[in-house]
This record gives sequence, structure tokens and C-alpha cells, in this order.
Amino acid sequence: MSHTATFARPSLIPEGRKSAGRALIWVTTVVLLGVLLVQGLDAAGLLGFEFKDWRPSLYAYLVWAVALGTGQVMIRGEAGQKALFLLPALLFTIAMVVFPTVFGLYIAFTDWNLSSFEGQKFNGLDNLRTLIKDPYFWNSLRNMTYYVLSVFVQYALAFGLALLLNADIRARKFFRVAFLLPFMLSPVAVSWMIGKSLMEFRFGPVATLMRHIGWDNPAFFTTPWIARFSIMALDAWVWLPFMIILILAGLQAMPKDIQEAAKVDGASGWASFWNITFPLMLPVSVTTIVLRIIFQLKLADIVINTTSGGPGGATDTVSSFIFREYRDRSNVGYGTMIAEVYLIIIIVFITVLLNLVGRFMRREAA
Amino acid sequence: MTTVSASTRRQRPRQPWNWSAATGRILTYAALLTWAFICLFPIYWTISTSFKTAVNVTQGDIIPFIGRFQGDWKGWRSLGLSPDTIFEISTVRDEFFRRFANSMIASVGASLLAVLIGAPAAYGLARFRYKFGPWQNKDISFFFLSQLLLPPVVLAMPFLVLYKELALLDNLLGLILVYTLMVLPIVIWITRDQFETIPIELEQAALVDGCTVWGAFFRIVMPIALPGLVAAFILSVVMCWNEYFFAALLTSTNAKTVPVMVASQTGSQGISWWTMAALSTGAIAPLIFIGVFLERYIVKGLTAGAVK
Repeated sequence: MSHTATFARPSLIPEGRKSAGRALIWVTTVVLLGVLLVQGLDAAGLLGFEFKDWRPSLYAYLVWAVALGTGQVMIRGEAGQKALFLLPALLFTIAMVVFPTVFGLYIAFTDWNLSSFEGQKFNGLDNLRTLIKDPYFWNSLRNMTYYVLSVFVQYALAFGLALLLNADIRARKFFRVAFLLPFMLSPVAVSWMIGKSLMEFRFGPVATLMRHIGWDNPAFFTTPWIARFSIMALDAWVWLPFMIILILAGLQAMPKDIQEAAKVDGASGWASFWNITFPLMLPVSVTTIVLRIIFQLKLADIVINTTSGGPGGATDTVSSFIFREYRDRSNVGYGTMIAEVYLIIIIVFITVLLNLVGRFMRREAA
Repeated sequence: MTTVSASTRRQRPRQPWNWSAATGRILTYAALLTWAFICLFPIYWTISTSFKTAVNVTQGDIIPFIGRFQGDWKGWRSLGLSPDTIFEISTVRDEFFRRFANSMIASVGASLLAVLIGAPAAYGLARFRYKFGPWQNKDISFFFLSQLLLPPVVLAMPFLVLYKELALLDNLLGLILVYTLMVLPIVIWITRDQFETIPIELEQAALVDGCTVWGAFFRIVMPIALPGLVAAFILSVVMCWNEYFFAALLTSTNAKTVPVMVASQTGSQGISWWTMAALSTGAIAPLIFIGVFLERYIVKGLTAGAVK
């Protein structure tokens, strides 16, 4: 706001400016609450304004946010300027996350189908009861365990490929770009490119190759386990580059002299890997696997576009299951309940995982 | 980093010919080439299929200009992008370009907004000490990063309802806001890592010279941190460009993006693979461009903070 503020002690800010700042915040807060109240009453049918939408409240929130930032600088000087760094991101995230989460909790306890004319209706714990008895939900949750476990196979593969990239090779730049590309492509395009064309039963070259090898009936998406493995392969194709890049960065940051020393001592490649490289890489490995599991829990696009969860839900992820519940059945209330329960499962799972990892790492360090 | 280690390695005296080392090298290159083939073949397949005819598809032709597979503009013609249709009126082409422009606006807009509000927040968290009630820097950082855990399905329905009330449904601004929310934690994660590597003495000198904290941020810190900001921006653009879930639920006729268009065509095309292949090629072309020419930034963005 003003350049003198930099060196001013908080007490040197004129009282008039402070009270003007406070007044600004108070007035805009009252305006925001007023607009919300008027719109709320109007939506309830108590006032006759009949607003087209809730945009006025949105604008009021924006004005309030700007006033809050300005007021901070006016009241607290440099401390306010520092707060201004954080405020936009904080206000944005709170507005975008808190309302939907709270509102989502409300939707989860309603019977609300967009395709029926009845609108929403509070139905207590009914959705939760349906959920507990819904075999498709438990099935998708079981599939998620398989998909999460497949991360460890991907990790082993990625580690091997990162070691190769870290070896003394020519054309490293070419290999790095080639290995990265699958990660860049959109999962939707990949679903068609690989899932629906390369692996297509009649004309896909992968199917043709399989016939040559001796698999008479190379149908990748018709029997449960083969379909599951096909999805895992597709998913690995997209996400391996992510793990390769992280592990490669870890390998390159490793002190070279330790490996050289092991080589001089005559340790074989295998022994030096297990005794030196792998233990040194443990922190990076753990970070990579945890990050990857977090992303894996959101797996949806590939499944939605390749198999739509089929055959018989064998490849369904929780996200793709909920997506169908929304899109095909317009079952908003129930779908949201599944989503909220899934969120709780994720939070518990990740907390336990991080705790275990933390304990494990401390034991390794000791 | 790579070039340095490569040059120091080359200085090592050449070892005498050695069968096991030679086998090792051959196996290394064989594995590398195999994986490179696995990574690149689907891309080659998609691009080449966009030039196929029905007989090329059913016979599974792979190598062009040999025998049957002479190349045909069929796929691109159906998009209105072949040489003979490019100057004619084509509704499909208009549609494709509109989706393309939508994707471009949504991903660039969201990434810009995310860097614009994320970078200052990351800087603040790296440099100043905050206290909002019981909340301190660590808790605020955790609050931002914890957004990564939220699966899109949790927010999807509330957003659908919220956007309907705010008249943001099927609206690019609405999509930009959701995408900003999606990439903001990643932007904060990457840029905070970048700011922490800048020596604090530079800013202190600027403050002594009479700069405000914001002046020091814009004049001193931003130029140094630019590579990190660019990395965060590019990674965000890629993530937003590929996003499908929210786009499928929150947009319909106006604001539909490329992935939604690709997905909607997937089921209906039957055997006319050339059309799908041309469409997919169009959808992944910008990404391949970024991957080949800006690989450095993608790698920088992905490894920020994760590897220390």
C-alpha cells in the first residue's frame, strides 16, 4: 500500500488508518452476510425478488475478500502485506472446498435422483444402509486393493528402467523423452489408442501378436482377471514414467564415490545394488510409492473409457462406479454417500500408511 | 546433472574387451530399446492409423508405403482437415477447433490463475511465519497439500449443484476455477521448493534499500524463481489438458473440452478407426510437443520437493 509501511513499527500506523481498515472489513462483512441472508430468504420463497442465480452472493464474497486483504494492510502494515501473500490462495481454496464438502455431506443423506421430478428428500441413514448391502461397492473397493497392490509391481519395473537410464548409455536424451511421453498423453486418448484399438480383439496388432504366440482367443476385456490385468497394464503404461523420473532423480542425487568404492572392493553388481543402492534409495522409494498410491486411489478415466467397469464390475474402481451412478442413473444422493465414505476410507488409509512409513523410516535410520 | 556425470564417466580409461561387460551392454540397450518401443509404438500406431483405409485396418497393416498401405486422407477428411477439405466448410472441423480452443483456454487460464495465487502463497509459507488462531505454517501447508487426497468424485456432485446455482455450469470460467483448485496444491508444492533454494540475503538487501516485501518479491525473487514457476505452469497445463472427470460432468454443449469429445466418439465409431485415430492425434499433438521440447521442465516439476 504505502512505502513507508516497510519500516514503520505497527504502533506508527496512524489510528485513523487503522479504524478505516477495521470499518472497511466490518462494512463488507455485513454486506456479504446481508446478501447471503436476502438470497437465502428469497430462495426459501419468503421474498419476492426471485433472483436468477446466486451470482450476487459470489460477487459479494469477492468484494469481501478484496476488502479483507486491503483492510489487513491498512490495520497491520507490513504484517498485513505478508498476510496478503497467503490470503488469495487460502480464501480461494476454502471457498472452493469447504462449501462443496459440507454441502456434499448434506446431499449424502438425501434421496435425490435428478431424473425424477420429486427433488431431494432427507432420508437419514438409508443411503448408508444401501451402501453396506451393495455388492458393487464392495467389489469396487476390492478392485482398488488390487490396483493399489499393482503399484508395487510398477515400482519394481520403474526402478529397473531408472537404473538402465542411469547407466553409462548413449542417446540418453532420446530414451528419457521416449520414456516420459506416455505420462503426457491424456488417459482418454490412451484408452482408445491402446485399449480400444491396439488391444482390439479382431484387428488390434497386440491381439494378432498373441494369436501368433499361440493364444487362440486373445480377448483382453471379457474375462475378469484378464480384464483386470489389461487395465493394470494400461495404467502402468501411463504412470511408469512418473515413477521412473522420481527414482532416476534419486539415483542421480546419490553420491557416486560410494558406488565406485564398492566396485573397487570387487562387489558384484547385484550385491552392490542390494547393499548400497537400494538402502540409500529407500527414502525416495517411499515417497514415490506413497505419492503413486495417492494418485492410484483416483484411478477412473481409463476404466470409464475402456471397459466402463466391465465385465460384470471386474475392473470397476470406486471412482468409475460413482461416475456411472451419477451419469447413467442420476442417483445423486447415493453416489455422494459412496464418495464421502470413500473419502473417509482414503483419509484413514493414508494416515495409517504415513504412520507406518514414518515408523519404518525411523527404525531404518536408527 | 546428466551431462556432468556423463562427461566424468567418459574420462575413465577404456577397459580391455570383456565378454561379460559386452553382454551387459547389449542387454542394457536391448531392454532400453524394448521399452522405448513399448512407449512409442502406440503413438506411432495412432498417427499411422489416421492415414489408413478400411482394408488397412482389417488387415492390420503397420508399415506405410509397402504393398496395400499407401496412406489415405480418409481420417483427416472426416475431420475436415485433409488437403482437399481444409478450405471447405466443415462442421466437424469447427466443432474440433472449438473443443481445442476450450481446452486451451481452460488449461492455460487455470494454470495462470494457480501460479498467480499459488506462488505468492508458497513464498509466504517459505519465508514468513503465520499464525491464524491455532494454525501455523505447517498446518496451512498441510491444508493445501491435503487437497491432493480429495478424489474428484467427492467434489463432483456438490460442484454440479453449486455451479447450477451460480450459472457456471457449461461455462469455461467454472471449469477454470475447478482446474485451479485441482492444480493449486501441486503448484504450491513445486514453487515452495524453488523459493527455499533462494538465499534470503538477497531479499534482505532489497528490504534495506527500501523495497516493500512485495517489491522484493516481484523484483528480486520472481526472476530467480522463474524456472520453477515455468515448470509448475507447464505441468499444470498438461494435467488440465488431460482432465476428463470434471469436464464430463460439468460441461455439455458450450464448454466441452477435447477429452470429452474424444470420449464421446469412442463408443460410436465402430470400425472407422481412421476418424478416431485422427481425433486422438489432434488431442495428443500439443502434449507430444510439450513432452519433446519441454521435457526438462516436466522433470523439474515432478521431482521438486520429492527428491532431496
